[in-house]
Amino acid sequence: MKTSSLDRLRNGLVLLLVLTGLWQVLYWCVGDVALRSPLETFGYTAYLLGSARFWPNLVETAQAFGLALVISVVMGLAIGFTLGLSRIANAVFEPVLVSSYAIPKITLYPILLLMFGLGMSAKVAFGVIHGVIPIALFTTDAVRHIRPVFLKTGRTMGLSPLEMAWRILLPAAMPEIFAGLRVGFSLTLIGTLLGEMFASQRGIGYLLMNAIGLHNVDLIMSLTFMLTLFAGAASVILLAINRRMQQRT
Amino acid sequence: MKPAAIWRTAFLGALVALLEVLCLTGRIDKLTMQPPHQIIIDLLRMLSAGTLNLAILKTLANSFLAFGLAMVTGTAAALVLHRLRAVRDALDPLFATYYAIPVFAFYPLLIILFGLGDTPEIFIGFMLAVVAVIVSVLSGIDRIPRVLLKTARVHQLSTWETARRVTLPCIAPYILTGAKLALAYALIGVIGAEFIMSSSGMGYEISFAYMNFDNATMYPLILLIVLASVGINMVLGRWERLLMVRRGLA
Repeated sequence: MKTSSLDRLRNGLVLLLVLTGLWQVLYWCVGDVALRSPLETFGYTAYLLGSARFWPNLVETAQAFGLALVISVVMGLAIGFTLGLSRIANAVFEPVLVSSYAIPKITLYPILLLMFGLGMSAKVAFGVIHGVIPIALFTTDAVRHIRPVFLKTGRTMGLSPLEMAWRILLPAAMPEIFAGLRVGFSLTLIGTLLGEMFASQRGIGYLLMNAIGLHNVDLIMSLTFMLTLFAGAASVILLAINRRMQQRT
Repeated sequence: MKPAAIWRTAFLGALVALLEVLCLTGRIDKLTMQPPHQIIIDLLRMLSAGTLNLAILKTLANSFLAFGLAMVTGTAAALVLHRLRAVRDALDPLFATYYAIPVFAFYPLLIILFGLGDTPEIFIGFMLAVVAVIVSVLSGIDRIPRVLLKTARVHQLSTWETARRVTLPCIAPYILTGAKLALAYALIGVIGAEFIMSSSGMGYEISFAYMNFDNATMYPLILLIVLASVGINMVLGRWERLLMVRRGLA
């Protein structure tokens, strides 16, 4: 299936229009108790962006998410390279990774909280356990499909494991690894937010949980809207980069 | 048993043993975690006493309901979408970014819409699961060999008969791939929703036990969820591999 980028842009715009339309219709059906119209939500979002109490929370979430993402990527790549290069390690550990992918990680939250205590580190840890597994799995698969001659060349030249990863594995398997990073990016974001919803006094997730408690529909709507917009936009951008990479190879 | 499986079992066993030692020697204190053997004893006692059976049953029933709805709707939607090229193209960006969207952020809205109860939880599970089914089934339909569809046409099968005799058997492995993902997502959705806000179910019981430092209830429940999700996933995975091997796809 080949679609040009122009087609894709048009499809995206149509989809956005349809979704906004559905939102408006739903608002007409349900009314003010539970929903706000798109226009009101945009208005409140603008107000929120202008208010002083919003920004410290955003910074807090951004820090937690950034840290979690860095740790997920480094750990995921390390695990992926190890499992991808060693057949035995792969046979032993890959099923463990696949199974742990299926566990509802939200249930592990109490354990993490008891281990790390309330605050930043628990949030980061929660983001990491969500993000690291897909990155590791995608990387393992990507490394396993690298042409053997590249690896042999590296070994002949006596590269150290670190050089091997940096100069051969990463460039050779980049498009596939990047697909994993894209999935890892969104899961880390979800994990961090969930972490904030349960045990935090700051951050977007905390604001959302607080808004649920206070039945502040305006706040719930605009936070949901912003999160969806951010996650969707990031995903679309990463997907476009990934497509370009795949075309080049 | 293959050597890899033996190593894997040994590794997991060593991990549990390490936890046991750390707990017994007091490096991990009692308030943080109980030794693994205690968790298993607590789990057995909990199950035989039956105090939480209602909560367990409710969570499992809701997850399976969400899963079933997602399977039926997802497969039907994929079969229809495959016919409607334009709609499929328009929905493509949504499918590609769907799992980047934090669906749990919509949970408060669902609570307000449906009220606090089973419906929003099932709905979240369904929302998470359905797209995985649609995407897998669509990719399965794309891979049906042309010749089979032509044969169906030569035999003048009706649309319904083609679907039942050719399409569905042909895409069975892909439906199973979708089912594996969907079941995991349904469990994640339902339990997550119970965790965030609800008045019953396993997720609720875990967070309730957590707030009361009731480790004797919390850890067995967590273990049960982990065992259930891993077990179901392994069974479906094995079945999927069996079908793939029979088709010569793996």
